[in-house]
Amino acid sequence: MSKIEVKNVYKIFGDNPSKVLPMVQDGATKEEILEKTGHTVGLDDVSIKVEEGETFVCMGLSGSGKSTLIRHINRLIDPTSGEVLVEGTNVMELDQKNLIDFRRHKMSMVFQRFGLFPHKTVIQNVGYGLEVQGKEPNERNKVAMEKIESVGLTGFEHQYPNQLSGGMQQRVGLARALATNTDIMLMDEAFSALDPLIRSDMQKQLIELQAELKKTIVFITHDLDESLKLGDHIGILNHGRVVQIGTPIEIIMKPADDYVAAFVKDVNRAKVIKAKIIMITPEKFKGRKEKNSNTIKVNEDSFLDEFLPKVCLTPATVEVVDKSGNVKGYITEKELSVALTKSKADVLTKSKT
Amino acid sequence: MKPIILGAMFIAVIIIGYRSAKPRYKPEHFTDIFNDFSWLGNWPKWLDFPLMQPLNKGFDWLIVNYGVFFEGINNFLLGMYTSMKDFLVGLPWPLVIAMVIFITYFASGRKVNTTIAVAFCTFFLGFLSPRYWDKCIMTTCIVLIGMLLCIVVGIPIGIAMARNKKVRNALLPILDLMQTIPSFCYLIPGILLFGLGAVPAIIAIFVYAVPPLIRLTDLGIRLVDKEVIEASEAFGASRKQTLWGVQIPLALPNIMQGINQCTMMSLAMVVIASMIGTRGIGDEVLLGLQQLNVGMATEAGIAIVLLAIIFDRITQSYGEKIQERTQKKKVFNVKD
Repeated sequence: MSKIEVKNVYKIFGDNPSKVLPMVQDGATKEEILEKTGHTVGLDDVSIKVEEGETFVCMGLSGSGKSTLIRHINRLIDPTSGEVLVEGTNVMELDQKNLIDFRRHKMSMVFQRFGLFPHKTVIQNVGYGLEVQGKEPNERNKVAMEKIESVGLTGFEHQYPNQLSGGMQQRVGLARALATNTDIMLMDEAFSALDPLIRSDMQKQLIELQAELKKTIVFITHDLDESLKLGDHIGILNHGRVVQIGTPIEIIMKPADDYVAAFVKDVNRAKVIKAKIIMITPEKFKGRKEKNSNTIKVNEDSFLDEFLPKVCLTPATVEVVDKSGNVKGYITEKELSVALTKSKADVLTKSKT
Repeated sequence: MKPIILGAMFIAVIIIGYRSAKPRYKPEHFTDIFNDFSWLGNWPKWLDFPLMQPLNKGFDWLIVNYGVFFEGINNFLLGMYTSMKDFLVGLPWPLVIAMVIFITYFASGRKVNTTIAVAFCTFFLGFLSPRYWDKCIMTTCIVLIGMLLCIVVGIPIGIAMARNKKVRNALLPILDLMQTIPSFCYLIPGILLFGLGAVPAIIAIFVYAVPPLIRLTDLGIRLVDKEVIEASEAFGASRKQTLWGVQIPLALPNIMQGINQCTMMSLAMVVIASMIGTRGIGDEVLLGLQQLNVGMATEAGIAIVLLAIIFDRITQSYGEKIQERTQKKKVFNVKD
């Protein structure tokens, strides 16, 4: 059973969505619906599955429905039709009381513009989830302090949010989401409002936290690099429809259509592809004629751009090893050049046709 | 469907108007109006909707049947007013000034300048003319009770409006009506229901000053950042928790602005209310007007302005204090 399952969800915004629903189900496009009925299609037959402990990144440009989708999971928005299952419970069938309970204990959320309470201090913000649960101030402050420490904001707990910089504010948002200790975290463009340096810092911090906590994360972004960096699986949305779901490598290597292809065209492949994906087996390597005298040892999980400069400086054969040092395979210049250019050419020919 | 209903209602209203018109104004037979079109020139006297008489009758009926109810309200408000007034008039005047200073100092968050300005204004109320002192106290009591009524009724209504679209749609036209109807129109029924004096003035203040408070409360709550409310909901806050923990605290600067507006309008009303025999600083203005005594009217006018400044400074600086807490400026820059 998947942790989160979204099944055939439709969301139509307007005065009379249920009337428009059959048209959408018959395959009318977003533009047609808008022109004929004045309704906006938010989500069009969206189904996704998120497994326990993974990071699922939902990607798309603005207006593609990704923020609408994430709000269905904790039912901040009700779908026009379809089901949302979390750990097998249908979220749509919860009554008001159970829904509140569900939001308190099952999932937490991080927002694009932080969504911090400006009238509360950092520690009060972080403890808010516990406050609404009715926990005593002592207890919630203790938990809040732990989380503030884990995001590296010790010393700022009595500041107000707008006394902090954007990156620090989002750390407060992250700490607030961690404080309720829920299995699931929803992150709605959590890092999009931050400048690039702080963003990559936060991404690193999230990856570190995730390695430790193993939460189920649904992450929304419009930034492909971010989704490739964080996602175990990526779902790409366009005009409210899911166009492709797959691992980062699948998305890069085999884009499902022109839209995805255009998306991945400019991606820095060296940052995404890991050594173990393009390496050749030792047997194959023995058959090769061209051999360099130099060898560089790299971990199988390192990305190409981590050792690419070294290869460029001194022509060398890359020896791929696993954590305990066993040789798993080799990478020569040939593999490198293929990996970095091949499917790019693919994309070009594809978009021409 | 709607146009048909409205059309039918319009015709019904015209028929009622025609039937109730005096016979001497009407043509002998109603078919005459389709033969002789002279009535299209000047507005015909038979085309007259009879509103005044039913209103008067209804009002009489109200007084006869529910007089006790209004009597109760009257006694309650009057009792409150009298005891408050008697207490303040009975106090030695330096003590009253000291009280005002005390309130200002703590309401403004220990701002010395504001406190000094307000103390100065308070002193000048009596300094302008010794008989103004007691009259200003009467006016202050009326304004305070009127405001209290506005706050007790207005803020909950404002909250209800912000949370429910139907309530808002139903109330907005009523608020428009309250703000545009000339104040004399409700001063007269006020006299009939509550007699002359302070109570109709309090009621008039309520009608006149509560709309901005309701509007600003409604606006303040609706202006709270949607993402902040979403955040509250996403963490499992109930509607009540979101309202008290997030929406009202964040709407407070706007609500305080509403209370400030409310005070200023109350003071404006108190002068008009002097015409229905409400005692207070307003009747000095009226007296000056009646005697064409420019100096007297101006002097009393200045006293009202001073009173307004006192009220404004206290409520405004209290609002600012709240705002400061919620929207603190960046004190220092910190590197990430």
